[in-house]
Amino acid sequence: MSGARGGWLAGFVLGAVLVGCDRGPLADRATRTKRAFGAVRLPSNVHAVPVLPAHLGVGRAATADEIAAWDVDVTPDGHGLPVGSGTPAQGAEVFAAKCAACHGPAGEGQAGAPPAGVPPAPKLVGREPRDGFPFGQDPKLVKTVGNYWPYATTVFDYVRRTMPLTAPGSLTNNEVYAVVAFLLARNEIVPKNAVMDSATLVAVKMPARDKFVLDDRKGGANFK
Amino acid sequence: MQEDETAGQETADSPTGALGSGNAPESRNGGVTRRGLIAAAAATAGGAILARLPAEAQAPATRAVPGGSATQASSAPPVAGPFDLASVPADATRAPGPPTSALGARSPFETPARAPAGVISGSSYTPLHELTGTVTPSDLVFERHHAGVALIDPARYELLIHGLVDRPTVFTLDDLRRLPNESRTCFLECSGNGRGAFKTPKREMSPQAIDGLTSNGEWTGVPLSVLFREVGVGRGASWFRAEGGDASRLSRSVPVEKGMADAMIAFAFNGEPLRPANGYPARLLLPGYEGNANIKWVRRIELADGPGMFRDETSKYTDPLANGTARQFSLVMDAKSIITAPAHPTRLVPNVWTQITGIAWTGRGKIARVDVSTDGGASWLVAELQEPVSSLAHTRFRLPWKWDGKRTVLMSRAVDETGGVQPTLAEFRAKRGAGTDYHFSYIRAWVVEPDGQVFFGVDG
Repeated sequence: MSGARGGWLAGFVLGAVLVGCDRGPLADRATRTKRAFGAVRLPSNVHAVPVLPAHLGVGRAATADEIAAWDVDVTPDGHGLPVGSGTPAQGAEVFAAKCAACHGPAGEGQAGAPPAGVPPAPKLVGREPRDGFPFGQDPKLVKTVGNYWPYATTVFDYVRRTMPLTAPGSLTNNEVYAVVAFLLARNEIVPKNAVMDSATLVAVKMPARDKFVLDDRKGGANFK
Repeated sequence: MQEDETAGQETADSPTGALGSGNAPESRNGGVTRRGLIAAAAATAGGAILARLPAEAQAPATRAVPGGSATQASSAPPVAGPFDLASVPADATRAPGPPTSALGARSPFETPARAPAGVISGSSYTPLHELTGTVTPSDLVFERHHAGVALIDPARYELLIHGLVDRPTVFTLDDLRRLPNESRTCFLECSGNGRGAFKTPKREMSPQAIDGLTSNGEWTGVPLSVLFREVGVGRGASWFRAEGGDASRLSRSVPVEKGMADAMIAFAFNGEPLRPANGYPARLLLPGYEGNANIKWVRRIELADGPGMFRDETSKYTDPLANGTARQFSLVMDAKSIITAPAHPTRLVPNVWTQITGIAWTGRGKIARVDVSTDGGASWLVAELQEPVSSLAHTRFRLPWKWDGKRTVLMSRAVDETGGVQPTLAEFRAKRGAGTDYHFSYIRAWVVEPDGQVFFGVDG
């Protein structure tokens, strides 16, 4: 009798403590444990994983040389533009030697059949239409460096990184400046005697610069 | 500078006709045997790779055929399996079949194939209409390359994270595998999926030809948030710029917020290391974002205070709109669906029960509902969704149906958990314009002709 009553009493006390815990500072921990493990009480030698350190120290420190060797990004603020320069006349020679076979002698797009597995090289030169920006409305318009690319620095970045297709990264910085100067001049964006370098290229304002808007879709029923 | 993800479909050297039937030309062609293809592959890629390996590295190939002929094994790489049509007995219960094999091969009666093959700058499409459920087999995941497949030695692989960080760090593949890993199932869809169907629609297009630039499966890797903690991302960092280790060094900018939320450096797909065509040994995975931003073979991430304005986020992958602007960084894929059966080139039989089925997906969470119309959009039925419905993943829908033998039009319309609804083709054209170039998420239609043939509804 008394043993049964003692057990009942102990249960009451434990219950009161647990209810108290639920309102006290340990409530969060108790709730977390219950969420993670349900109603099953953990054995006394099984514990939740402790909080990990802020970082685990995996990986090795990158050196400045390593970063410099891989980081070729050129951005609209001029970050990453190297020392060097080039003119449209110099660029015409580089273009004829290394670009024209695919993009056509005047950057007018694929001349002849493209190599196997490669689509026709796009047209690079062309300002039409001069008025408006009707690329959404008119499916026949062809996008070029002159009528659609918003930043001249992107042309430098892309040509140095990716072109020519068969030997990406093979152009010198001067050659890249020259090819960019050639394309900008052919597109009537810079004069035929312009010198493109890290200062002048950043200052070029492309015709399509103000035509781009940031994504404003948020989901929901209003399709944009 | 090379065009464009659907280029393989649009260029003269890979005519849409091959895609229109939904199969690679050789896959149903009796003139090209499986053995012939394997021998050709061994003679080229496999042979070339084996020739470069030291002798001890080749030895396992010999041991991989227990009880087999060592001379045979050493003279040719092991093949996927001994199954071919000529070996199929009239009664498989009367004699033992072939033994175990090193790699599982498909039944010789099943020949699903991506198409087109041979594209260096462009795409190959997943045969959606030959798949069931939601998981895309690894060897059928669509490809989109900008300068071919980068072949990378995992022992030499490094991922550099630098820029606005406390600790610029180089991670090896072993480092990535040691860090806390997670798995998640999600779709990956090319931003230009559906361009061919929009720009140059043809009645003979299959689901593969229309929308085969989407695939779905289980990705495993390190959450980018874990790597960001390792390097200590600085307060001023609002974007990260990711660069691929392929010959195009494809680069894209992504908000840091996405990196902290659910981005991943994935090194495995469907339980095994990534396939080279899909980014081996490691790629960026951005669940729900357009495929192009999910940089394959990722080798460098720079934390910065703005986007890099790279070629593929300015001159490409932007959305010219009907109002004379172009939308930039439209990364989240809107709700979309396609019926994969019945679909071209299926032929329907009238007055028998069949099943309309397809896949739906959205970059904005879960698919909430898929409506199916069997009367050209006049009325809709709520399709059954295969449970569990996973967020940012292909969701299979289905509806039993009996065709009455009359001409009709089938459609599916996905609704996502934000209330986003697939627009009609007319609504899509009105908002985006006929010249728009990406994110073709409008309703797909299938025309059922009285003779039972099913064709892509080119007019929506």
